[in-house]
Amino acid sequence: MLVGEVETTLTPDEMGYARRQLGREPNGLEWAMIDAEWSEHCSYKSSKLVLAQLPTTGKRVLVGPGYDSGVVDIGDGYVLTMHIESHNHPSAIDPYGGAATGIGGVVRDILCMGTTPIALLDALKFGDITRSEHSKWIMKNVVRGIADYGNCIGVPTVAGEIEFDECFERNCLVDVACLGVGRKEELLLAQATRPGDSVCLIGGSTGRDGIHGSTFASRTLGADSERERSAVQIPDPFTKKLIIEATLEASRSGFLRGCKDLGGGGLATGLSEIADKGGTGIEVYLEEIPVREPDMSPIEVMISESQERMLLVAKEGSEDALRVIMQKYGVACARIGEVTATGKISILRSGEAIADLPTPFLANAPVIHRKSRMPQVRKLEPKAKTPSDLEKALLDLLASPTIASKEWVFRQYDHEVGIRTVAKPGDADAAVMKLPNGKLAAIKVDGNSRFCDLDPYVGAASVLAECCRNIVAVGAEPVAFLDHCQFGDPNDEEIFWAFSMAVKGIADFGRALSLPCVGGKVSFYNQDEETGKAIRSSPVITVLGLLEKAEHITKIGFRKDGETIIVVGETKRELGGSEYHRMLRLIGNAPPALDFQLESRTQRVVLECIRRGLVTACHDCSKGGLGVALAEMAIDGCKGASIDLRNAPGDEMSDDELLFSESNSRFILTTNNPAQVLETFSSHRVPAAIAGTVGSASLRLTLRSSKLECKVDALRAAYANSLQEILEPWQK
Amino acid sequence: MRVAVIQFPGSNCDRDTVHVLRNVLKLDAQLVWHNDFKDASYDAVILPGGFSFGDHLRAGIIAAYSPATEIIRKMADDEKPVLGICNGFQILIEAGLLPGALLRNSSLKFVCKWMDLQLKNDRSAFTCAFKNTSKVRMPIAHNEGRFFAEDELLDRLMADGRVVMTYAGENPTGTSRGIAAMSNEEGNVVGMMPHPERASDSTLGGTDGLKVFESMVEWAKC
Repeated sequence: MLVGEVETTLTPDEMGYARRQLGREPNGLEWAMIDAEWSEHCSYKSSKLVLAQLPTTGKRVLVGPGYDSGVVDIGDGYVLTMHIESHNHPSAIDPYGGAATGIGGVVRDILCMGTTPIALLDALKFGDITRSEHSKWIMKNVVRGIADYGNCIGVPTVAGEIEFDECFERNCLVDVACLGVGRKEELLLAQATRPGDSVCLIGGSTGRDGIHGSTFASRTLGADSERERSAVQIPDPFTKKLIIEATLEASRSGFLRGCKDLGGGGLATGLSEIADKGGTGIEVYLEEIPVREPDMSPIEVMISESQERMLLVAKEGSEDALRVIMQKYGVACARIGEVTATGKISILRSGEAIADLPTPFLANAPVIHRKSRMPQVRKLEPKAKTPSDLEKALLDLLASPTIASKEWVFRQYDHEVGIRTVAKPGDADAAVMKLPNGKLAAIKVDGNSRFCDLDPYVGAASVLAECCRNIVAVGAEPVAFLDHCQFGDPNDEEIFWAFSMAVKGIADFGRALSLPCVGGKVSFYNQDEETGKAIRSSPVITVLGLLEKAEHITKIGFRKDGETIIVVGETKRELGGSEYHRMLRLIGNAPPALDFQLESRTQRVVLECIRRGLVTACHDCSKGGLGVALAEMAIDGCKGASIDLRNAPGDEMSDDELLFSESNSRFILTTNNPAQVLETFSSHRVPAAIAGTVGSASLRLTLRSSKLECKVDALRAAYANSLQEILEPWQK
Repeated sequence: MRVAVIQFPGSNCDRDTVHVLRNVLKLDAQLVWHNDFKDASYDAVILPGGFSFGDHLRAGIIAAYSPATEIIRKMADDEKPVLGICNGFQILIEAGLLPGALLRNSSLKFVCKWMDLQLKNDRSAFTCAFKNTSKVRMPIAHNEGRFFAEDELLDRLMADGRVVMTYAGENPTGTSRGIAAMSNEEGNVVGMMPHPERASDSTLGGTDGLKVFESMVEWAKC
């Protein structure tokens, strides 16, 4: 809506609220600042009430949601910080720059807590690359953007997940999570608590890029979006690397009282948030802000989202010492303002206030109570015939982009820099990183838009379950998670219902696991304005786990001939939302059920077996079912196996259901001590059974009414080369 | 033994290298900011991996004009061990301390992978502790690691034993004759694309890299 000469996304209600609160008409600059801070992207005004139900406390949680990163205490004086960001809208327009700057943002979130970023993960969702050249282009450039940026700043990209589906054709999802480590006593918070302290802006100068970025991200993409390229920031990983070094040196120097990343909403948002958290005000001297172009208006300066900038709150009198540190790295440092006791954000030009807004008013958008409605149309369970050639079905599934090896992607990421990466991409169900206190962290990100589309409550809880299984499978205990909810237009009551149910599913299951949520993100408006089509509900979950000892790390590959293969958990007739259905272009009517108590118990017992040294390899059984999980274990270990799946726990079912059902609460593990493993499972009432033995060059599966035999080399050929053949058919 | 590890703006394997030298090999390793590197009395110098100056213009070229390079050149002339790892190799070539050029990988993509390497020369300052020309394993991670030189020069480099390591089996970057590491005539200046500091801990995948640094200690003793 146009107010004077300023275009805002504020609704008439919000504008009325603003006028009432202020008792006057805000001027143009003030409207622009309110607009940026009250955008959905920055204010969570639609989602706040729903997110409040998440469990956010736990014995290890030092800082939960609401700050730039969640902080988890790992003992011995160390903390881990974690956060996730998405850059969906920018990546849809400029995949290279959008993805790269997405990393920039989340790395700053880790940095501004005074912690060192040590790992990046990315969850990506693209259109169907087997059919769409556009989606291939998007994917290649997103991956290149992540590689160029992450590699340059020296933070390893260690894990991720990728899903391909037509619903992401026009709205790709690019989520980046970052893990940081630091000393507990050096933690910084994004707050300005003490009047008299200096507010310094370091890093890049403020330009016209990224103007209206967060308001751009708070509406749907349409035909005009191409013209909004200036809303995408320009990546500069080299400057970022210098800022990382300079900020860490500054935070260790003891000169800082607070630190804040400048991202969505630019200075307007950053300033109001640190002042609000600290219960203070800030006086800003507009002329002191270094600008890239001389004729920038105050509005442009205040809401620009130019990258590679940080706000530092420096203790009074330490400005010169701070400047020396910045000079070493060639990082510009300007004192742009001062913390005040006025409780107001005041922008001064030539000593005269050109904006003057109460901090709490600016920093806290009025909450929107949105309506939600459960959709009436339910999908029907398709009647698919069991294919006669199950071997072909398995090979096709292994080659389908969502299942196939992501080696084409992770080879482009430096996953070794920092010399902490113990379990590397492709090795295990989660990445495992060495920590300075001798312990290890496991981290993984997962999503499943098809489950969530069929039932957002069960689907979202299942995403959390799968991600935890991945953490448990490497031998780690889940300790905290991040949620990231990505949906269409929240004005659509059915979409808002799906969002609410997904958060409820995550919250309820998080509580059942006693697992706290330490942060997250909400991204709405992932919807194509022209077709009106929204993406499938796509919550993405990142789970952090801890391992006491490196001996507990368990990988997925079959290791030695003669080891016993045990299938844990019941396989049910649950093909709804499965990758097998996707391959047949079906979806089904319901995702697999999730028994919270059984899932939680199963994870605990698997972890116990690993910690007791009983397990030689372990793999979560999720996407692609038993067939894909067993094939992956064979491919990774370069070893076959003879397996009788008639012994696997479960009901009567057809062979394709047995192979490809994605029932929850399942693992496959190998052991040299099957009696003890089975006893442990049965004593905790978790179904488990011996299914076969490792050995030979083929994977031999006996099913209920047929048999299947595949050479491991053939499985690998389908699985390993698929993405390369789709994306770069000319290579090799 | 005092070893300087030079930190350029954009270096990102500097601390990893110092960690291995200091905490695993118990050497006196100093991280030295490039502008502060004025002292040629160190016993050895290492140019670590990363993206010095953001790889702007061309990988390694801006760092090659840093004042630090003159000290490095002096140490090279004094036959002290000088190692360039990855971006450090690119800098040594741009500074003219090693011949040839490092071009964009033939795949036009960054590649991060553990590789089997064939040791070709066990006499250089960074391979003399291996004592034989065995196979070793170390990871690579780079965009521009395709060594290029005219055939005539390549023949001479091979004949003179200046090719220190080649890829055994798969050639991941299309590099000429599989070249992964190269030395000067005297053998004290070595550039290598593989990262020895990432292969110095068995939990991270192998320890063959330690021998690279141990060679430096051994060379300095002679």
